[in-house]
Amino acid sequence: MSGETNFKKQYKLVRCRINGVEREVMVDARASLTDMLRNDYSLTSVKKGCEVGECGACNVIIDGECFNSCIYLAVWADGKDIRTLEGLMGPNGELSDIQQAFIDEAAVQCGFCTPGVIMSAVEILENAEKTGREYTREELRKLLSGHLCRCTGYENILNAVEKTMKKRLRES
Amino acid sequence: MKEKDHIIGQSVKRVDALEKVTGRAKYVDDLCDRNVYVAKVFHADIAHGYVKSIDTSEAEKIPGVVKIVTCFDVPKNYFPTAGHPWSTEQGHQDVCDRLLLTDHVRFYGDDVAAVVAENEVAAAQAVRAIKAEYEELPFVLDVHKAMEDGAPRIHENYSHNILAHTSIRNGDYEAAIKEPGLTKVEGWYETPTVQHCHIENFICYAYMEQGRIVVVSSTQIPHICRRVVGQALGIPWGQVRIIKPYIGGGFGNKQDVLYEPLCAYLSTVTGGRPIKLDVSREETFASTRVRHAIHFHIVSYVRPDGTYSARKFESFSDQGAYASHGHSIAAKGMGCFPQLYPCPNIEADTYTVFTNKSVAGAMRGYGIPQAMFAMESHTEDVARAMGISPYEFRMRNVMPKGFKDGFSKNLNYYDSFRECMEKGRKEFDYDRRMEKYACQEGDIRRGVGMSVFWYNTGVWPISLETSACRMVLNQDGSIQVQVGETEIGQGADTAFAQMAAETLGIPFDMVHVISTQDTDVTPFGTGAYASRQTYMAGFSIRQTGELLREKILETARDLTRQMKENLDIVNGNVVRISDGEVLMSLGELATEKLYSLTDNGHLTAESSYQIKNNAYSFGCTFVEVEVDIPGCRAQVTDMLNVHDCGRLINPALAEAQVHGGMSMGIGYALSEKLLFDEKTGKPLNNNLLDYKLSTFMDHPDLKAAFIENDEPTSAYGTKALGEPPTCSPAPAIRNAILQATGVALNEIPMRPHLLFEEFKKAELI
Amino acid sequence: MYDIKALYEAQSVSHAVELLLEHPHAQIIAGGSDVLVQMREGKLAGAELVSIYGLDELRGVTLEGDGTLRIGSLTSFSQITRDPLIQKYINVLGEAVDMVGGPQIRNIGTIGGNTCNGVTSADSASTLFAWDAVIELTGPGGVRKIPIGDFYIRAGKVDLRPAEIQTSILIRKESYEGYVGHYIKYAMRNAMDIATLGCSVNVKLSEDKSTFADVRIAYGVAGPVPMRAIHAEEAGRGLPVSGQSIEQIGNTVLEDVTPRNSWRASKAFREHISKVLCKRSLAEAVTRAENLGKGAS
Repeated sequence: MSGETNFKKQYKLVRCRINGVEREVMVDARASLTDMLRNDYSLTSVKKGCEVGECGACNVIIDGECFNSCIYLAVWADGKDIRTLEGLMGPNGELSDIQQAFIDEAAVQCGFCTPGVIMSAVEILENAEKTGREYTREELRKLLSGHLCRCTGYENILNAVEKTMKKRLRES
Repeated sequence: MKEKDHIIGQSVKRVDALEKVTGRAKYVDDLCDRNVYVAKVFHADIAHGYVKSIDTSEAEKIPGVVKIVTCFDVPKNYFPTAGHPWSTEQGHQDVCDRLLLTDHVRFYGDDVAAVVAENEVAAAQAVRAIKAEYEELPFVLDVHKAMEDGAPRIHENYSHNILAHTSIRNGDYEAAIKEPGLTKVEGWYETPTVQHCHIENFICYAYMEQGRIVVVSSTQIPHICRRVVGQALGIPWGQVRIIKPYIGGGFGNKQDVLYEPLCAYLSTVTGGRPIKLDVSREETFASTRVRHAIHFHIVSYVRPDGTYSARKFESFSDQGAYASHGHSIAAKGMGCFPQLYPCPNIEADTYTVFTNKSVAGAMRGYGIPQAMFAMESHTEDVARAMGISPYEFRMRNVMPKGFKDGFSKNLNYYDSFRECMEKGRKEFDYDRRMEKYACQEGDIRRGVGMSVFWYNTGVWPISLETSACRMVLNQDGSIQVQVGETEIGQGADTAFAQMAAETLGIPFDMVHVISTQDTDVTPFGTGAYASRQTYMAGFSIRQTGELLREKILETARDLTRQMKENLDIVNGNVVRISDGEVLMSLGELATEKLYSLTDNGHLTAESSYQIKNNAYSFGCTFVEVEVDIPGCRAQVTDMLNVHDCGRLINPALAEAQVHGGMSMGIGYALSEKLLFDEKTGKPLNNNLLDYKLSTFMDHPDLKAAFIENDEPTSAYGTKALGEPPTCSPAPAIRNAILQATGVALNEIPMRPHLLFEEFKKAELI
Repeated sequence: MYDIKALYEAQSVSHAVELLLEHPHAQIIAGGSDVLVQMREGKLAGAELVSIYGLDELRGVTLEGDGTLRIGSLTSFSQITRDPLIQKYINVLGEAVDMVGGPQIRNIGTIGGNTCNGVTSADSASTLFAWDAVIELTGPGGVRKIPIGDFYIRAGKVDLRPAEIQTSILIRKESYEGYVGHYIKYAMRNAMDIATLGCSVNVKLSEDKSTFADVRIAYGVAGPVPMRAIHAEEAGRGLPVSGQSIEQIGNTVLEDVTPRNSWRASKAFREHISKVLCKRSLAEAVTRAENLGKGAS
């Protein structure tokens, strides 16, 4: 589709909550949420691995659920509550337990899938806490299965998520 | 005196983990300016032919298009792409067969033109609007057909499309096979084209600064990349600066120079403007590099006592359209044949053959996963033919302690193979499982299998092995360490920090490894490949550490008026050896030295080390599978890898490395295959949905165990581990399926398609 | 950044219809997991989009007065799986859509999108066929309802008229009452995959659970569009509940399925798996039917 001579750029003001802060920006209607988060807010933990929803590297939490932001239009984010990896640290830079667990369990290698996986883990852990349900390792595999990782064989990622879940359930 | 803390052997946390779990680690795209020009490649949609003309008129009308460059515009500087150290001897140099853009299309996806645009949408529109007219030529996708008389000629200078053919002749094969009472076992084995699938696609951006070209790239080999960009652009190599930040995996694909030269060139023709070339997943599959598919033929003549009398080996390696790493992969695979199970009479031949397919290059294991599938499947068949247990057969025949390879001069210092096998047998409860699954019936069956692997550390004596290191002492007694060896996810920087801390006698957290390589700043090193880095970088780190230590102790002598020989550095302090008294901290020493008005100095050390050694790395896989016969599916239910990679620098990271390799091995065995359309040569499944790399749900928990035999030739007792874990899973899985079903599969991936055909033949379904 | 010529966001169903009338070449985008992928591939590049993603009125599952289950077309897969009504009446649909892609895809993917793209491999489609689902469409001429079998015209083409959108999927009471089902997705991986073949069955057993009062067998990827195995169903009705009957029914499916050879799988392989899946799904459905009421409150 070339002859775009009468093409008019279209923008929309997108107001949303990002990592707990109300934000707004004029967004090109063609932008994906990945584009908006990376380009307008410099949230570069949101990675591009396939741009078609197959790898999970761009995963973020929108209103409590995980989405691949690459196949989510930025304009849809209007009014939504969005969380990325950058929002996990405490006010004084404290790491969250799941971030610490990824370090402790050697669950990080090249690190490119890590932000997306951690965000899925956050959703899983919050659901576990909310319901008091301890997921089995097989259930965790399924809950994390929207992420491809070529470095870790998934082993230590599972260990990190499982240990953090058990710890949170013990403490709550 | 407080004992020295040993940091080598400790599972310290990765030096880059914090950056990576907070999202602060910057990869190429994160560093790139948002308003950068975007480049996109126009790829050929034919498998073989000549570009007659290219019509860019429609594309040029698209708003936002800055420049379109075609194969008719670029300089004709043929360059090599393999991430090998350069050779100053012409005969040993890599094949120069690439141009920035080509009018001779040799595979579907070859690079014909490139667009530079203000944004990615305009660039994509322009690529779709370009029209190329081709003179199509017949193409060939199969190695054997490519070798036939009259096959389409892919490169002018290679008769029968054979890039190279090498041989090994040991003893007298023809005479040896005449020995009476021998059993002949013969098999053909086939491995597929697969792709690395690092989660970060290849990406780079380039710009000009002070008349020089700077490329920030997701590469494993910054210093080699500098040379190749220079060659491709026909400019002095010093005019090129390569910067390598964190990268999202490589597995060998980024051990080739990919689109850095083109991106650099595009910047030079647009006034040095920053230009980003962000390769899509589909392009990563089709147009970067893949693993060589190799077809093997093995014949063994075995004596009644289960020893080998004579053996023959042939392999045919599918190079795809360009030479890239070329024959070195097939040659490495063949090289292990006489070493793995030594036999006096051997005939071996290996051919690397061009086809009109995606280009094969380096991938984790470098020919050994292919070779191990063939050799260890064959070993199983031989053991079965002789009625000897596969375990016992391997124990009897595998490389003995004291074995010395004539070419590499590698010496097997320990009986590592057998120690690994014994450990695996015990930890996996192999004997009990073998017995339990011996005679099964029914639809769902289990089986166990095993395989060993052989691997070399680094590239000596085929190529140069060298490393260089710089250390700088800071005011607080901490140090910066720089090496040319690159962190690509494996944990190299952490291992280097542990080595430096150990040699200098300072705490781990006082070592700051500079993760980014910048060819303007970083000492020369060839990069991440051949599982070389902990071994090779170890030499220069230890040497440089000792040089710096000497300088520190000399300063300490001057400042403390103690005899240098009676001083040591322990846990970051200068200590008097005789009584253990802490005389001063390294921080006090460094501050005093740096700001002294009388005897000022900045303590640094730098050195390079040429390594003329190589080290064997060994191990094995034990695996249990469950086979659903009517469902035509095999799944791994349990798996253990045992490795002797020498002394473990960081056990936790070593284990993590093994998990990743096992996972890749499982995909290789059961599901991964890049497919090409027979009619057009087009890749069919070049995306992460249709190309089946393992997900979280496709394998069980993975187990790793180690035998730690200190490698005597190594600076820190260590040797290869990066690639080895990928080498033995596939044949072990094949052998387990054989135990479960009685069906010997001689092809991977052993996906349902194959199981369906083979189970039908075996009348299981 | 997507190559979108223009994006129109619908505020209501009637607004969506208006927008589609105004922009007859526009493509409807629901969750986008299909449309955006095709746009990036170039197939839909430069298209105008009418986004219905914001229409919350089309989300959720309700039970109507006559017992009909109404599934709003924008209900995501994960919502369907979690929904108590689905779990109570047609749990197999919840299980089937829980096998789509991975968790993130199940959060964005909608059942309407999954059926409107006309793809034979859609995990929801075979189960909806098995439950005799009815498709509700709203357009300029008002609302019309058609059986799902009629909705699919050919591969990639459904009976969606100009300016019409799919608003609901309905499962009538007589379609689900007394039926128990099972779905098996046969794929090359256990996650993030499309079905090589999908088989969804449901059965209604006689009062004493000794015979098959009714058998429904539906497939994805056994033909160009999702389909029912009419002959096999016919063969099954009235047979005694036994392993032998299941074998017999399973072997009959070859009269129904018409898979093709493709690089993804051969015809022969798909035919073989059609039988295996049918038998296994039936066996599981029977087990479930037999257990029905056993431990329930």
